[in-house]
Amino acid sequence: MELENLRHGTELIKRGFARMQKGGVIMDVTNPEQARIAEEAGAVAVMALQAVPADIRKAGGVARMADPEIVAQIIDTVTIPVMAKARIGHFVEAEILESLGADMVDESEVLTPADEMYHIDKTGFTVPFVCGARNLGEALRRINEGAAMIRTKGEAGTGDVREAVRHMKKIMGEVRELAGKDKEELIKVARDIEAPIELVLESADLQRLPVVNFAAGGVATPADAALMMRLGADGVFVGSGIFKAENPEMMAKAVVEAVNNYDNPEKLAEISRGIGSGMKGMSADTIPPEEALQTRGW
Amino acid sequence: MRIGIIAIQGDVSEHIDAVERALCERGIEGEVLEIRHEGIVPRCDAVILPGGESTTLGRLIEREGIAGEIQNAAMKGIPVLGTCAGLILVATRGDEQVHKTHQHLLGLMDVKVNRNAFGRQRESFEVDLDLPFLDSPYTAIFIRAPAIMDAGPEVDVLSTINGRIVAARQNNVLALAFHPELTPDLRLHHYFLDMISVT
Repeated sequence: MELENLRHGTELIKRGFARMQKGGVIMDVTNPEQARIAEEAGAVAVMALQAVPADIRKAGGVARMADPEIVAQIIDTVTIPVMAKARIGHFVEAEILESLGADMVDESEVLTPADEMYHIDKTGFTVPFVCGARNLGEALRRINEGAAMIRTKGEAGTGDVREAVRHMKKIMGEVRELAGKDKEELIKVARDIEAPIELVLESADLQRLPVVNFAAGGVATPADAALMMRLGADGVFVGSGIFKAENPEMMAKAVVEAVNNYDNPEKLAEISRGIGSGMKGMSADTIPPEEALQTRGW
Repeated sequence: MRIGIIAIQGDVSEHIDAVERALCERGIEGEVLEIRHEGIVPRCDAVILPGGESTTLGRLIEREGIAGEIQNAAMKGIPVLGTCAGLILVATRGDEQVHKTHQHLLGLMDVKVNRNAFGRQRESFEVDLDLPFLDSPYTAIFIRAPAIMDAGPEVDVLSTINGRIVAARQNNVLALAFHPELTPDLRLHHYFLDMISVT
């Protein structure tokens, strides 16, 4: 077997990687110690970033890709996949993360967008991408640009799950509405939601998004994580919810177990007991529109 | 025929679809069970360990009490298929990474595994693989894939890439470093169904 016969970075490989994360919890980490806690708790992957969303909110200023030194240290520390965030449209940050060996790039609205017109053309990369979305049109536009995974945007750093719920219900509902429509009607839908017709047809046929769809943005407790799974998420991203909780180790383990037992209330009660208080958080509707993160990207 | 799929984490629904399609092609009545908790493995005629994150899967099958049940079933001769992460879990011996994360292995196949033997995600690949029981190459998808570095005398080596073993069988246990559930080609699922003696 010749090594030159190996084909890298195909659509099947990128989407396949995202599928291996299903049923798992991906945790935001800002240093190797947190990454170790996440791995120990049973996270399927970690997301490397400079500061968790709650701290990004507090600090203000421009939020960028994490220091490559920290990303490299996290890669050396854990054996599970390491993802990392790049700014919307910042293809150079994405190239840097790819060259470091990050396993997936999150083109994330949590960081300050670099481009107010265009997202990264993700088809040119070997590394797969995850992007946020609030509705079907947004999700399919990102998939058309090459995203191998979608996540709800929610309202990151708030610990308020309502926006993630809104986005998940919206996407699932819009997919359900495609069922039973004929081709002309689907062409009209594609035009209305500004999405490519091929992807609308594929979603109608599959009765789901063509790629894995995770919940993110405001998930703060085991019950929140289970709720998102019940709404049809393939898995969960947890950011500030873990490292802003009273006891991050216990909270991290509890969230992982909750995702595996999402349909068993007795087990969830047991998992949620005595794990210390969750992050304090803030109600998403107290955030002035100009400070909302979910409206970044389109 | 009841086929159980460890459904804790990973690409479970892809395996379910593939098994259901393979059963349908044969016209066999079969049931596919998702295994997330203890008590289900003993009712199965075959068990599949899917791809996913082996560290996570290993921890949770232990925590949920499923690990011991799989070992008992395998000892009774129930066919077990491990793909990617599943290949790591069926091994008897692991590399440094396995030791570092205190990973518990099921020890069903006398092999030493190397996790991420081909590198990180950017090194993941597709390749046309020759397998002795198939008459044409099989498109195999390797994702952060492991490989078998060393196999005991009881193990049948089925395929290698540059000296690294990527498919092997020891009696009732089949281990594949790649993902037969990610392509429409069902030949490997049929091969596994052939291993199940209808009781």
